[in-house]
This record gives sequence, structure tokens and C-alpha cells, in this order.
Amino acid sequence: MFSEFLQYLFTGITIGATYALIALGFTLIYNASHVINFAQGEFLMIGGMATVSLTAMGVPMLLAIVLAVVLAGVLGIALQRLAIAPAKNADVVTLIIITIGASIFIRGLAQLVWGKEYHVMPNFSSDEPIEIFGAVLNTQSLWVLGVGAVLVAVLVYFFTRTLTGKAILATSMNKDAARLVGIRTQVVLMLAFMVSALLGSIAGIVVAPITFTSYDIGIILGLKGFVAAAIGGLGSGLGAVVGGLALGVVEAMAAGYLSSDYKDAVAFSMILLVLFFMPRGLFGAKVVERV
Amino acid sequence: MFRKITRRASKFAAVAAAGLLAMSVQAADPIRIGSFLSVTGPASFLGDPELKTLQMYVEKINEEGGVLGRQLELVHYDDAGNASKARNFASRLIRSDRVDIIVGGSTTGATMAAVPMIEQAGVPFISLAGAVVITTPVKKWVFKTPQSDRMAAERILTDMKSRGLTKVGLISGTGGFGSSGREQTLAVAKEMGGIEIVADETYGGSDTDMTAQLTNIRNTDGVQTILNFGFGQGPAIVTRNYAQLGIELPFYQSHGVASDGFLELAGSNAEGLRLPASPLLVPESLPESDPQKPVVEAYKSEYEARWNSKVSTFGAYAYDGLNLAVKAIEKAGSTDKEAVRDALENIQGHVGVTGTFNMSPTDHNGLEADSFRILEVQDGGWKLIN
Repeated sequence: MFSEFLQYLFTGITIGATYALIALGFTLIYNASHVINFAQGEFLMIGGMATVSLTAMGVPMLLAIVLAVVLAGVLGIALQRLAIAPAKNADVVTLIIITIGASIFIRGLAQLVWGKEYHVMPNFSSDEPIEIFGAVLNTQSLWVLGVGAVLVAVLVYFFTRTLTGKAILATSMNKDAARLVGIRTQVVLMLAFMVSALLGSIAGIVVAPITFTSYDIGIILGLKGFVAAAIGGLGSGLGAVVGGLALGVVEAMAAGYLSSDYKDAVAFSMILLVLFFMPRGLFGAKVVERV
Repeated sequence: MFRKITRRASKFAAVAAAGLLAMSVQAADPIRIGSFLSVTGPASFLGDPELKTLQMYVEKINEEGGVLGRQLELVHYDDAGNASKARNFASRLIRSDRVDIIVGGSTTGATMAAVPMIEQAGVPFISLAGAVVITTPVKKWVFKTPQSDRMAAERILTDMKSRGLTKVGLISGTGGFGSSGREQTLAVAKEMGGIEIVADETYGGSDTDMTAQLTNIRNTDGVQTILNFGFGQGPAIVTRNYAQLGIELPFYQSHGVASDGFLELAGSNAEGLRLPASPLLVPESLPESDPQKPVVEAYKSEYEARWNSKVSTFGAYAYDGLNLAVKAIEKAGSTDKEAVRDALENIQGHVGVTGTFNMSPTDHNGLEADSFRILEVQDGGWKLIN
């Protein structure tokens, strides 16, 4: 009984950590620009696919990972420079639509370059799962959790202790004021896209051994990541992490105790419930609109 | 304005049709084989090898002198996996291309969209899609070459029973293939008797972890074996979770993942699992006495030499479809549609790659469940069990 519960919990936390990492990417860009970047899932895909194809070409794993992350970073910058920046005076809604277009474009390109097959990436360490009280935990899950924790710590440090991080926060709070004190807001925006692309691609790489990877893996993972971010409260880093983990655990518990048929329905009704009672999400900032 | 355009268009169409007619009178010789396949789009893994197979064997038959002393001509359209396009192309094949027979329809959706039009026009049609509904109930002009998922379910459950496994935990994908397979498995188990589905779990097409479902099945009272009916990467994840959870029960998969690509994804986790598959996966291990052995070996080597890529089960459906069409035309001695249809319906003992076809007025598929071979994964490769 207990081992069953533990098994669902492990499953939920692993998948939840993935959602949390994706949600953090959403949060970052939302903070800097109030844009919800629906191409976030594609960064995830780029990370996984680039690593797989580079290792297939004979590049050592570690180097392949670094190159894939760099590629995603460049793509993030390109997305901001070529698609978002030219429409700088457009509404937020227009910008969101642009990111949807960009995601379709990136996915199409990936399909052309890498084909439509699913690819497998080996576990970072042993394939032997660890057994705890009768439940099994995949070693790769530990990697996901570990990498996730490190990334969160780095982000917290970046936003609270570095000038660049503070500049991003300042831009998110008031763009005009930030510009007045000498922050180059366009550069800040570019930076936000780059950092969230890096984040997304790292998430894509650590989960690829669990989920496999293919050109269209970003759609549903990106969507789940967005749900996690919305549950946690868009714009809140803590919210993204809690929202992601909660979503993952609820999904796994629903599949285990309720019925696997309703697993996704439970996850998506959770967002309705949370937003119904707490429209800004669990940790959303109380924003007062000044008129 | 609009009326003007339509009038003009219809005028143009009339001229074009007249031109086409004139052409077809001039070149009355070739036998026209029509085809609509999903060569691009989400089902391209079906349509692509199917088209390649049709092209290469039409060429080959023509080099060898054609059929009834006439050359074959392949008229092909790409429906991109879209059912309404398939319907339009079927109509074009019948009305303007005036084909003698149609071999095509990569997916069940595309096939079923074209069926009403084909039935109405009265053109022999050999479908390359799997579902039972295509030939059950029997439709006058519609035939098909792949086995149905019902046969796969029969084959799997029979193999389980022969090993004394009677309590089955079922897990299936929620996609079209998985849910149809699930229904057929439940139905077959009920009819067959002596075998019981004790657990029934599902997973979504893009789910990345099925540990929870498998834990549930494992903890079901008395479960002796587990069957996964699904398609795509899902079954590979199920296989991996199965190994990670250390489940020791005999494990079965469906024919949906009977490909080398699946072995690559699932890796060593697939060791020991069984599934029903086409003999095309294991031509070398077929016994010499097997009538299918030479056919399977020839198709595999010819396809791989011509296209420099791995042969696929789906291409074999097109191979069998084309050969059945040619055989029927030869037997009918003409391309008269009614005569070809009758000949097709009476083909007996035709040895194809997919199986041995015995068509009849009540069976337009002509295959038995045992045309599936049960394979087991051993040392990272396929091993023929029976």
C-alpha cells in the first residue's frame, strides 16, 4: 500500500520537476516582457534533439550537451531579435501570437532537419533503478531533480545578487522607468529570451532519457509547463516550481488511484479550480493597476 | 461573377476531360492502376514505403512485358493523411483518370472516406489499411491486404493460453490504434473464453511515464501476463517502465510496434517480450518448408537494393495489393471491372508477404490470424517462436 503510494509520488515528482523547469522558462520571459512565450516547449525539443544528433555524429556526450545548450541560446536570441523586436510596439497579445508562429516554424524546421522519428538518449548514469521501500526510482529522476534544484538556486542568485538580473526585474516592473535610469531594455529582453532558452534546453536534455525525444515533444510538455506556471502564478519563480511539482504529483496520483483515462482531465481541471479561487495563481503577485 | 467563374471552369473542365479522353483512346494500351496514399504528413511512414513499392514493381512488371501484353501505368496522388483529400483524389481517379483498379488508402480514415464513392462507381479497390470496419461487413468492391487488429488480438490471446496464462492485465494507448485494439482484445477475450482481462488501463499518446498504470496492473489480484496495445513511442516507454519496475510477468506488445525502430528505442528493456508480426522481420529464421519464405526474401532484398533503405511491413501491404490486382486482371483476362472484381473475390492460396490470401464472397481480406508470427525479443533481435 505504502510502496504503491511512494511509487506514484516518485513518478509524480520526476515529471513534476520537468514541468517546473519549463514553467520557470515561461516565468522568466513573462517577467521581462509580459509575453507568454509559447515557443518555450521548442527550446526543450532543441536541447534534446541537438544532443541526440550530435552524439550520433560522434561528439562526446558532455560536449554535445554544451553545444546543444548554446544552440538553443542562440535560437532564443534570434527569436527575440528577428520575431519579437521588429514588432516592439505591438500589444502583448500580438507578441504571444508571434511566439506561437515561431514555435510552429521551429518545429517544422526540426522535422525537416531531424526527421520524424523518436530518438533515445542514454541515462546519464546507471540504468539500474534504485529501490526504496518497495518503490523504484530511476537514477535519471535524481538528475532531473538535482539539475532542477541547481538551476533554481542559480536563478535566485541571478535575480537577487547580480546587476543584470536586477535589470531584468526592473524592466519587468516598469519599462519606461528602467530606460530612464539607463537600462537598455531591448538588451534586457534579449537576455531574458536567451536565459529562458538555456533553461528550456537544459530541461529538455535531462528529461530526454526518460521521455525519449522527437521534433514534436515540445507541444504537450510546453503546454503542461504553461499550466504549471499558471497554477503557481505567472511571474513567480517559487510558484513555477510548486505549480510544476503539484501538477506532476496530482497527475500521477490520478492515474494511480482514480483512472488513467482521467489523468489529463484532472490536471487541466486543477488549473480551473486554482484560477477560480485564486485568479493570480498560488503565488501570483498582487498587482494594482494604476490608472 | 461567381456563376461566370463556375461556368468558365466547367467549360475548361469539359475541354480538359475531352482532351484526356482523346489521350486515353490514343494510348488505350496501358492498364491504369490508380492510387492515393499518405506519402507526406503524419502517416508518411505508411505511405512512403507503399508508394516506393508500387513504383518499383510497376516498373519491374513492365520490364517483364506487362500484364495481358499491356503495360501498367501508375496514377498516383498524395492525400497527406487527410481523409477529405483522399475522397477527392478517389473521385478524380474514377472520373477523370478512369483507372481500372485502385490500390491505396494508407490509413483507415482515408480508406473509409473513399469507400462510398468507390462503391457507387463500381471500381475494384484494394485498401492498405488495417481496421476491421473496412471489410466487415463485406462491401462489394472493397478488399484489403493487412490483417486486422482483431486477428492480432486473437493471435496474442491464443499464444497466452497455450502458455497457460489466462489472467491478462491490459494497458493501451488512447489513440485510434490503441483504443480499437483494446476493444478488439476485450471482444475476443469474451468470445474465446477461458481467458480473462483482469485490468484495463490506458495512457495518452504523449504521456512520458506509465509507471503508475503498470503499478496498478501489477497489484491486481492474480494477473499472470500483461499486454500493451499501442503505437508510436508510448509502447517503448511502457516497456522501459516495465523493466524499471522489475515486473517479472510475461509481457506482450501488439503488431503496432513490430519494427526495428521500436527495438532501438526500447533497447535491452525489450528483452523477452513477445508480439505478433509479419514474417518480413525474420525472413532468415523461417523454415525452408514455409511457402512464404521465398516471397518474403525476394521482396526484402529487391526493396532494399532499389531504395537503399530498410524494408517495412507497410510497403509489403502495397506489394500484396499490387500482386493481387495483377493476378485478378490476368485471371479475368481483361480489365472489365465486374470480371476483375469477381476474379479478385475468388483468389485462393495466393502467397504474399503478409500471408496467404484465400478470398471469398464473405471474406474480402482472406487472411487468417496465424498469418501473424509470434516473435520474441532475444539478444536485441527478433526470434521466431511460431
